[in-house]
Amino acid sequence: MTPENRSAYWRANLRLLLGCMLVWFLCSYGFGILLVDQLNAIRIGGFKLGFWFAQQGSIYIFVALIFFYAWRMNHIDQKFDVHED
Amino acid sequence: MSLQALTYLVVGASFALYIGIAFWSRAHNTGDFYIAGKTVSPVANGMATAADWMSAASFISMAGLIAFLGYDGSVYLMGWTGGYVLLALFLAPYLRKFGKFTVPEFIAERYYSRTARIVAVICLIFVSFTYVAGQMRGVGIVFSRFLEVDVTVGLIIGMGIVFVYAVLGGMKGITYTQVAQYCVLIFAYTVPAVFIAIQITGDPVPQLAFGADIHGSGTGLLDKLDDIVTSLGFSQYTDGSKSTVDVFCITLALMVGTAGLPHVIVRFFTVPKVRDARKSAGYALLFIAILYTTAPAVGAMARFNLLNTVQPGPVGAIDGNLEYESRPRWMRNWENTGLVSIEDKNGDGRIQYYNDKNPEFSATAEDYGWNGNELVVDNDIMVLANPEIAGLPNWVIALVAAGGIAAALSTAAGLLLVISAAVSHDLIKGIFVPGISERNELRAGRIAAAFAILVAGYLGFDPPGWVAQVVAFAFGLAAASLFPAIMLGIFVKRANKQGAIAGMLAGLLFTYGYIEFYKGLFLKWAGSPWGINTADHWLFGISPEGIGVIGMLLNFAVALTVSHLTAPPPVHIQRLVEQIRVPRELESHHG
Repeated sequence: MTPENRSAYWRANLRLLLGCMLVWFLCSYGFGILLVDQLNAIRIGGFKLGFWFAQQGSIYIFVALIFFYAWRMNHIDQKFDVHED
Repeated sequence: MSLQALTYLVVGASFALYIGIAFWSRAHNTGDFYIAGKTVSPVANGMATAADWMSAASFISMAGLIAFLGYDGSVYLMGWTGGYVLLALFLAPYLRKFGKFTVPEFIAERYYSRTARIVAVICLIFVSFTYVAGQMRGVGIVFSRFLEVDVTVGLIIGMGIVFVYAVLGGMKGITYTQVAQYCVLIFAYTVPAVFIAIQITGDPVPQLAFGADIHGSGTGLLDKLDDIVTSLGFSQYTDGSKSTVDVFCITLALMVGTAGLPHVIVRFFTVPKVRDARKSAGYALLFIAILYTTAPAVGAMARFNLLNTVQPGPVGAIDGNLEYESRPRWMRNWENTGLVSIEDKNGDGRIQYYNDKNPEFSATAEDYGWNGNELVVDNDIMVLANPEIAGLPNWVIALVAAGGIAAALSTAAGLLLVISAAVSHDLIKGIFVPGISERNELRAGRIAAAFAILVAGYLGFDPPGWVAQVVAFAFGLAAASLFPAIMLGIFVKRANKQGAIAGMLAGLLFTYGYIEFYKGLFLKWAGSPWGINTADHWLFGISPEGIGVIGMLLNFAVALTVSHLTAPPPVHIQRLVEQIRVPRELESHHG
């Protein structure tokens, strides 16, 4: 693997990381803490939305986020041919 | 069959299962003992991680804590799950690629320094012992309530069981036992939750019942809760009383702390491939989320049930409150343990439960003829008492007891293993006796595990008064010391020995100092805590629980600054960083 390839692989990883971290931040610190009062004005079913994000929604998104990252990373590994056999 | 006989049967059967598994999967070499020979499938490792992570606190205390905190309890829900995202994205795959046995070993090699290794071992041992003391205590509580034996006897039985499978099986034995323990604990947690959800709302899924209407009325559970608690002088259930900055910092400290806990990180050393480490973190969080999304529903329903019991009629009406003499059986049972206490302060023969710390509510309370809150319920009993409160059959109660014990034992075993690995692998082999044979290292690991169990048992038997404070310390410490050092080691090639050591010490000392100053830990004899532990006096309004975040930022800042002012790490270390960043082995002759 050439050094150029290696740093391109690493950059692709970091871009993916950044995207995931944005979602991570938004669904917990954003919707569940900083914007909780504004979102609580909206209701879905019996939940105030901000409260739902803080006690339910953020956790579901965390789980999905890890599987999404694993899936995308496998893809990137294949593309740069650094996957394990 | 009587409840007690049934509980003995269920708990005994679960113990037999754990010991059987431990014999079947005992360790033959140090690889088995430390990292289960790297043969654990990602799903099994996910379950084992979940059981390892979910402690007596998660199983027994968390729902109760949320029941009384309402929205403020979200810090635990988000904080103890969001850390897995950090773990999966920043640490697990790279540490698996590194492919050694312990966390301090990574720090030692990456920072080419024995000093760094010793600092890491100190952090690890402190964090892990704090935790394990709490687990042993949990075992004691469950034993004393459900098996009606003395707390000490309960502790000794618990220690004996952990001894058998941790010492014998090492990581391999622990992993497969934890898979079984996960199944026991999740079943024990969700079954009563489903029953109670059906009773209150008619919806069998607790996560949905949480937002559903109360059976037979048109009112939502959460709306009804908000309504009752405010009429009793509490703040709204769906709204908090902590400041936003504090909620933010506590959540972040718990998340980063989670990702920096050695007994969690080391679980990802046990899977065969880098790919598996990523996926396994997803499974771990999925299995954890089943409990963590049920817990807030259980909390809300338990609070509702409790309020409904004590306040069956309108608030303020003379006959609105429960008569003391007609209190239900579960209250009497738990009164015996001292975890529920009732005192008829206004002498009207009825129980009043309200917020007597709210000055704005005191006039109203006086009007009602109330003379102070008369009911105190310990957070810890909500989950344990839930099946009794809901009148569920005895086998459910027995199952909950087995689940609580499974949660405590699985976490204790995981912690004891990282402690023993730190002693036998990092201290003995890594520093004092580098030439030790594998046989002797394995023996040293087993002796260290046995010794750690004795210390843990002692701490659980006679917990230092500060156990509660120290839990916050454990997370803050992990967040401020280990996490930044590991993350920089992977993501910043320029990070060097001097930077890492200075960073860890700065984060550690600052966080420890702040907690000592406001809460008091070891220096009580010298007059600590010196500070007044209220929001007006805190730095930036951040409580000691959340201060690990500042410690972490300080660690990053110091480590980066010092690294850039001193010589870069040697070439072979920079190669090492390049190696761990890619899943496949790089050819050694690359440029």
